[in-house]
Amino acid sequence: MSETTDQALPGDVAALAEVPADKGEVHLVHLYPREMSIYGDLGNTRCLAARLRWHGYQPVVHDHHPGAPWPDRVDLVLGGGGQDSGQVRVQDDLAAHADRLRELATEGVPMLMICGMYQLFGEAFVTVEGRRLPGLGILDVTTRGNETRMIGPVVLDTDFGPVVGYENHSGSTVLGTGQRPFGRVRHGRGNNGSDGTEGARTHNVVGSYLHGPVLPANPQLADGLLEVAARRATGGWEPGEVDDTLAREAHDRQVRRLLG
Amino acid sequence: MASVLTRARTATALAAGKAARLASRLRGGGSALPGLVTEKIDPTVLRHTLGSLPQGVVVVSGTNGKTTTTKMLVALLRAHGLRVFTNPTGSNFTRGVISSMLGEIGLRGRLGADVAVVELDEAHALHFAAQVPPTHALLLNVARDQLDRFAEIDHTARLLTTLGERATTGVVLNADDSFISRVRDSLPAGVQVRWFGVDPSISDRLPELQEADVRFADADDRPQLGEHDGLLLPDDDGRGLTVRFPGGHDVGPLTLRQRGLAAMINATAATTMARELLGQAFDASVAATALAAVNPPFGRGEVIDVGGAQLELVLVKNPAGFTVALGTYGAEPVATMVAINDNYADGRDVSWLYDVSFESLRERGVAVTSGVRAWDMALRLRYDGVEVGAVDTDLDAALERFLRDHRGQPVRIFCTYTAMMHLRRRLADRFGLARFGEDPAA
Ligand SMILES: [Zn+2]
Repeated sequence: MSETTDQALPGDVAALAEVPADKGEVHLVHLYPREMSIYGDLGNTRCLAARLRWHGYQPVVHDHHPGAPWPDRVDLVLGGGGQDSGQVRVQDDLAAHADRLRELATEGVPMLMICGMYQLFGEAFVTVEGRRLPGLGILDVTTRGNETRMIGPVVLDTDFGPVVGYENHSGSTVLGTGQRPFGRVRHGRGNNGSDGTEGARTHNVVGSYLHGPVLPANPQLADGLLEVAARRATGGWEPGEVDDTLAREAHDRQVRRLLG
Repeated sequence: MASVLTRARTATALAAGKAARLASRLRGGGSALPGLVTEKIDPTVLRHTLGSLPQGVVVVSGTNGKTTTTKMLVALLRAHGLRVFTNPTGSNFTRGVISSMLGEIGLRGRLGADVAVVELDEAHALHFAAQVPPTHALLLNVARDQLDRFAEIDHTARLLTTLGERATTGVVLNADDSFISRVRDSLPAGVQVRWFGVDPSISDRLPELQEADVRFADADDRPQLGEHDGLLLPDDDGRGLTVRFPGGHDVGPLTLRQRGLAAMINATAATTMARELLGQAFDASVAATALAAVNPPFGRGEVIDVGGAQLELVLVKNPAGFTVALGTYGAEPVATMVAINDNYADGRDVSWLYDVSFESLRERGVAVTSGVRAWDMALRLRYDGVEVGAVDTDLDAALERFLRDHRGQPVRIFCTYTAMMHLRRRLADRFGLARFGEDPAA
């Protein structure tokens, strides 16, 4: 069994794009798609790959599994939520690549870390029993294990406009002094249910609790990440014309429904 | 003394429950309320009535296939002459069980049955088992359900393990689901373990039924099947099956009315449990005839005659279930509608739609998406390159258009739970079907 798989989009989906893929390759790395991709987070990778193709770029997806060699090229990194058993299975590999990930973050590589991976990108996770588990420290956030889950649909105000999604987490996260949140909660609980913040953002690293998955219904966020990745990969960003009618309808209906 | 008092309280509870049942019938209300009334007055009512059945209490649980398997097991036992109490209303909670019991017992709490076969969802199974220790448990599978209350698959696996531990006499376990087969390791001594599984020749099809990404067991962990364990052998044509017991007669070949590999596995599970319960009285030819006559439960691949053409109504609840449904039905492409609601009973998070591949719908496209999350469903299909003809959040309007545009053609609707309930009610009114709670005889 090969440990690293590089794949483009399924050929037939790529074929649906009416534009040639002549603007260059963009390499997406999905961290731990088996262990950390609960609640449809793989949809984020699919969304970015498809949109790259629709914009006229050639997406290359690296599924990075624990113990596999690190990919040669990284233009954007994705991670999702997982169960406790999943987090245990990835922590050694994550520690092995910690310096590399911190370096890429500082260089401005866009990253989207959802739920469990958002927590692991923080300073630390403190368990219900009070044990302190260090994280990567890329985002200055600390998460405490909690008995009650925060579950439900969410609307945020963000730098990318209103963002909709679905949160499902028991960890309660607090931002360090000076740490920017990803968004302000307009509906839902957010980081901790009390300070009105959701997620965290440093350079182009976005951590968030939003599943949904978050990118398909928020194309402005997806393209915001892709722009940075494409500039890094190809030196420019020349977006194509993507029909986002369905995404806009899905997005706007959730906003109207939840904010009234 | 205590027993007289207890009996009096049970009678009071049952009388109150029966009154509530009548009232709720008159209002056309839900099925769980009368059970709630009875349970409030006498929380031990279940133990008193079910605990005394001569052939025991069988619980059926697992993420997918509970309703189908329960129905098959009941049919198998009835065909062998047993009087079976079951919870047929689709409300598979403790209160739902009490509610359906109220229709069948006298005030002294005597249930005219030899055995109870109870379908319970993972979360409520333990609550039930705490009140009535089951004699037998049939555990089907563990998949991630999108319902918020089963937040984690590990958690679901733990619930089912605990349920298995509560069984006093015997368990029947899925040899091909590592979450379920592991239950064996925590059973007390003396509890009989039987297995059901698929023939190795089709084990390559199992991933379509399971979420492989969260399973880490090695293939050689699969338990060795013995002479009283049921092995599924599908026919080459894909429709027929045989359940083989190495130490006895084959059940089948036979053809189920419900299609697909998942239903065949459910039939294997039900047959293995029936054989365990019936012992010497089990008759393979009686079993084959009974299985072949079982109609699909409401909305589980149920076929409805809509003015001369067939409509298949397919409930989808989670990624594994939707993937199985597409594998079962997608091979014969017909005009398709997908209806996704996000009410509590559907699961409020629609993320799970991204854990299903819809490529099998690409060739034919999807005629209509509907339900509260119709636009999200259409968006999901766009990312799999599936064309969508129309999007209409109104279920009635979408159904109307769908039937009108495909009059005289076979059609298929994939729908979440509350969308299914709504659509089926409409279809029942228009095409004269049985309502929920009036399950047609198998
Ligand atoms: Zn989460």
